[in-house]
Amino acid sequence: MKLQTFSVGPLHVHVLPSTTYKTNTLVLHMRSPLTKETVTKRALLPYVLQSGTKNHPSRKEIRQSLDELYGATLNVDVSKKGENHMMSFKMEVANEKFLSDDRPLLERAIELFSSVILQPKTTEDSFDSTIVEGEKRTLNQKLSSVYDDKMRFANKRLTEEMCEEEPFGLFVLGDANDLPEIDEKALYSYYQEALSKDQLDLFIVGDVNESDMKKVIEKHFHGLTSFPQRELAFENKPFDLKRDSKEIKEEQDVQQGKLHIGYRTNITYSDEDYFPLQLFNGVFGGFSHSKLFINVREKASLAYYAASRVESHKGLLIVMSGIETDKYDAATKIIFEQMEEMKAGNFSDQDLEQTKAVLKNQLLETMDVPRGIVELEYHNLLSSTKRPLDRWMDEIDKVQKEDIIRVAKKLQLDTVYFLKGKEESSNE
Amino acid sequence: MNKVTFDQLQETLYHEELPNGLQVYVLPKPGFNKTFATFTTKYGSIDNNFTPLGEKEALRVPDGIAHFLEHKLFEDEEGDVFQLFSKQGASANAFTSFTRTAYLFSSTMNLKENLETLLNFVQKPYFTDESVEKEKGIIEQEIKMYEDNPDWRNYFGLIASMFEKHPVKIDIAGTVKSIHEITKEMLYKCYETFYHPSNMVFFVVGNLNPEETIQFIRENQAGKEFSKPEKIDRFFDEEPEGVHEKQVKIPMNVNTGKCLVGFKDRKPDRQGKDLLAYELSIQLLLEMMFGQSSENYQTLYEAGLIDDSFSFDYSGEYGFGFSVIGGDSDKPELLGERISSMVEEFKGKELNEELLESIRKKKIGYFLRSLNSPEYIANQFTRYRFNDMDLFDVIPVLESISKQDLQTALEEHFVVDTQSSQCLITPKGE
Repeated sequence: MKLQTFSVGPLHVHVLPSTTYKTNTLVLHMRSPLTKETVTKRALLPYVLQSGTKNHPSRKEIRQSLDELYGATLNVDVSKKGENHMMSFKMEVANEKFLSDDRPLLERAIELFSSVILQPKTTEDSFDSTIVEGEKRTLNQKLSSVYDDKMRFANKRLTEEMCEEEPFGLFVLGDANDLPEIDEKALYSYYQEALSKDQLDLFIVGDVNESDMKKVIEKHFHGLTSFPQRELAFENKPFDLKRDSKEIKEEQDVQQGKLHIGYRTNITYSDEDYFPLQLFNGVFGGFSHSKLFINVREKASLAYYAASRVESHKGLLIVMSGIETDKYDAATKIIFEQMEEMKAGNFSDQDLEQTKAVLKNQLLETMDVPRGIVELEYHNLLSSTKRPLDRWMDEIDKVQKEDIIRVAKKLQLDTVYFLKGKEESSNE
Repeated sequence: MNKVTFDQLQETLYHEELPNGLQVYVLPKPGFNKTFATFTTKYGSIDNNFTPLGEKEALRVPDGIAHFLEHKLFEDEEGDVFQLFSKQGASANAFTSFTRTAYLFSSTMNLKENLETLLNFVQKPYFTDESVEKEKGIIEQEIKMYEDNPDWRNYFGLIASMFEKHPVKIDIAGTVKSIHEITKEMLYKCYETFYHPSNMVFFVVGNLNPEETIQFIRENQAGKEFSKPEKIDRFFDEEPEGVHEKQVKIPMNVNTGKCLVGFKDRKPDRQGKDLLAYELSIQLLLEMMFGQSSENYQTLYEAGLIDDSFSFDYSGEYGFGFSVIGGDSDKPELLGERISSMVEEFKGKELNEELLESIRKKKIGYFLRSLNSPEYIANQFTRYRFNDMDLFDVIPVLESISKQDLQTALEEHFVVDTQSSQCLITPKGE
């Protein structure tokens, strides 16, 4: 599979031909710096766009058109990549080759996809007010129900505490306090701003070729050619941790305490140490053969899950475990000991080889899924160091024990966050 | 070895029944890096009352034992099976449902070694008193994690409100109390009864050579001894036709309420093509009534009663069947009322044929998309196989369902008065 690229105005189009799938996939990423001023508007905008276009003025009509396209799917979401805020639009449509009805579907799907992004339902210089009010209500409810998912809540609290002074501390869905200020006019004017300033990347994966796609995209995304060309740098500021590490404990009516620990790795995808960090995480806590799983779960029976993950674009490593409230000391002791073991190089060659095998397997599996391929290619696009996917395998193989110890020594404990149960309920 | 080709889908499925009774299926997926394999027994959380192999008396076992057994099987005399899989570059996992326990791996290398590990660890139980005790702490935390999860509580709360006797109402992992009753001896009894190859299906899908793969599994099985297959006697108390309770409310430490409405099947004894046609009919009806393209969805969304978490689903097996509709809402009570009245209204009107055709297309497209996923294929195929259905019949059956079939399913399943329950999660307030 070879990536082919062309541009339509400010839109960069990446085509990945493949005959492996029964569907064709489109992904559009709109990227902009993560800021307090824009975060809530961006969390709202894609949902407003998918709720009505000029020709399909309601969600219902858009969804009916998708049904007619043999259940094409349309999903929107927002995410953070380091200190960048992404609005993403994804569509997947059946390849008619596998249907008894062989009328072409892809161009009709692209037409609908582009109309969601470029032809919203508007009145003069404003979105439809009913749609905007409805989506504000939904966003408000989503923000308030983050509290209901305790793992997610603890993760949000940890990030806020760690990154108080950095854009990364902003929550991906924004802030409910911003909502009253945002009306259909303000949001529409922000929409125009996003089309003028965001970095725009469209990926197409499936049984397609570049020249056909060029014609179709030029036709349906023509509207973008009146917007300025731009190349937006990827925001990624290193952070110098000057304060001491923090310990935050909060209490709620929960059965299980949520222990989340944040470290600074100061290593992001563009760094030399990126692959050693992946190996570090794999030996330490990424998998079911890792030190955290073995020691917190299997040996001490303290938890059902005990794992770590890397925030690649920000340079963080997060440990997560669900434990009894009164086992806080026991669990943190084991986790810190395992970190010391890593720094001291107390892991075997076998641990290392095992982790390499699992990481390579994970990478190959990601490439089996259309959205996985897009994710990997996009990851690469964002980084200043361009590493073709086939080189990733070699990069993983090259990592030595010393590299992992070097990475381990760079890690700094930033914050320990514990969402604990009420004391009386833990005595049952 | 049998070979079946599905021309329109461009898929070929290989099948063989081994002398010990194991059903083996292999589906090549050229172009994929990975291979995904599942080894599944027809034994789940509902099988808590049965005659153990070689005994005469029925035995009732503690709730959550099938799931407990799933956890413990990963432990071998030489240590942890996860370790072995990861040395071979595979990632392994397992799950227990109401009716099945499945062990699985996915890998992009060392296929034979991984197949061998999967076959061998599942067929070689090793439990000690000490390791059984140790697992209790881990599963206790798993149970507590779910107790804090409002969606899980809502779903199981709804099932418990619909069913009075049937063990589908029991939490799959059991309770903190019930798992503490589990012993090594009980685990062996369950294992011996339900893990005979004749009660199991092995499914491999991915980048592989079908002949070699089946040959390898055949030889592995030929090298092991098993007792003669015996019919397993499972017992279920008689479940009343109607729902147990009309409404249940669960106060929890949450900000946003939730509401699920359930419809319980009256005669859940369908199998084979009947069950397939019935469950696809219910799914088509749910889409027509409450899909994102429906009038009702738009109405509920605009009234502020639902958000993107709104969804619906149907689950049907031999012995129980139910559909579930709902999601987050700050007016859960009102949402429940509206869902019920919308169902009544839908039943009062003539079925719209144009809408049916459009929803039929949607379901066909969704099915095609799910064939991109080796996980979906292996898991669903096995579930279908245990109910005498065939996954590759889905499109022809979808195409054949008539308006009359839908009308019959609608009247049979969606009976608000006697067959419907509601479960609400309400914010506790501090």
